[in-house]
Amino acid sequence: MEARSFVLRGVVAGGVAGLVAWLFALVFAEPQIEAAIAYEEGRGEAEQALAVAGGAAPAGGAEEEIVSRGVQATLGVGIGMVGIGIAVGLLFAVAYTLLHGRVALRPRVLALLVAGAGFLTIYATPFVKYPASPPAVGSDETIGDRTALYLVMVIGSLVFLAAAVAVTRLLRERLGTWNAVLVGGVVYVALAAILMSVLPGLGELTINVVESGPRVSETPLPLRDASGAILYPGFDADVLYSFRVASFTAQALLWGVLGLVFGGLVERRIARETADRATEASAF
Amino acid sequence: MDGDVVVRPEENPVTTAGAVARAKATAVPASETLPWLISAVLVGLALYFFIGIDQGAVSVFGDTSYVHELAHDARHFLGFPCH
Ligand SMILES: [Zn+2]
Repeated sequence: MEARSFVLRGVVAGGVAGLVAWLFALVFAEPQIEAAIAYEEGRGEAEQALAVAGGAAPAGGAEEEIVSRGVQATLGVGIGMVGIGIAVGLLFAVAYTLLHGRVALRPRVLALLVAGAGFLTIYATPFVKYPASPPAVGSDETIGDRTALYLVMVIGSLVFLAAAVAVTRLLRERLGTWNAVLVGGVVYVALAAILMSVLPGLGELTINVVESGPRVSETPLPLRDASGAILYPGFDADVLYSFRVASFTAQALLWGVLGLVFGGLVERRIARETADRATEASAF
Repeated sequence: MDGDVVVRPEENPVTTAGAVARAKATAVPASETLPWLISAVLVGLALYFFIGIDQGAVSVFGDTSYVHELAHDARHFLGFPCH
């Protein structure tokens, strides 16, 4: 097989994975996102009422809508999920091509392993430090810092996995495969833990500390008036939990389907090539 | 990493050993794969950027936030930082 066949199969498998993740998102993400947006709107009104009561001039009209909620919640989320499926399908195909035939694993096993590595590094490890958050959880002022920190986690995880694989390969002869893989796993977890403890929590970013003191996250606290009475509740913990579990599941589904479909497509193609060669050989 | 089991692929089409042997027979040489691999990485990263990051923290398409708005729910759900 040439690189072209792998890359094209990566696009197909990634697209299929994205479609599955889209259906999942329609059922499990959208209700939480709607609840989060309703919270955000209610809180905005409460904040404004509080400001007006304190003597501030009422702020002018609502934000103008560029893409309607109806489109965002159906087609938009689909374009996003399928687009990311194709994006990771392409990156996945590159990693797979470099390993194919160079390790003692059959294609469908290798495909699932590479997909698992992608899930671990590109999503799951960053999620431990900076979990996915619905609208309303996250401040506009910190979007730059949050994006940079998130990408540091993604790139760090990729580097750490490469380091863990290198350590495993070095130790394999001396310790045997099982123990070498265990040591590699410990190396990955240790490096990731160090990075997580060094990076700040989102609530520790300067802008947030000034506003509400140091906290772990940016999840909205209750809105209080001068006397401390709660005017509007904090963000619903159950909505946050459901959203994060759904996000994690959707990514597991995305990478899992990608690995399974890709592995199946590659094995089918190789079986066909082998059969063709056998027919050619017997024709002579 | 080569195993010491010798398997003729055509003789052993269904087993794992046969599949491994066939995979090894179809390993791709780096020279002819490079253009495909490099383009795949570039397109993959560009898509990742446009769906996950563009018009949030940094913007390629200028100040309109159409891309951000359209893929907005997916951006949150995929774990990217958003508002
Ligand atoms: Zn958002």
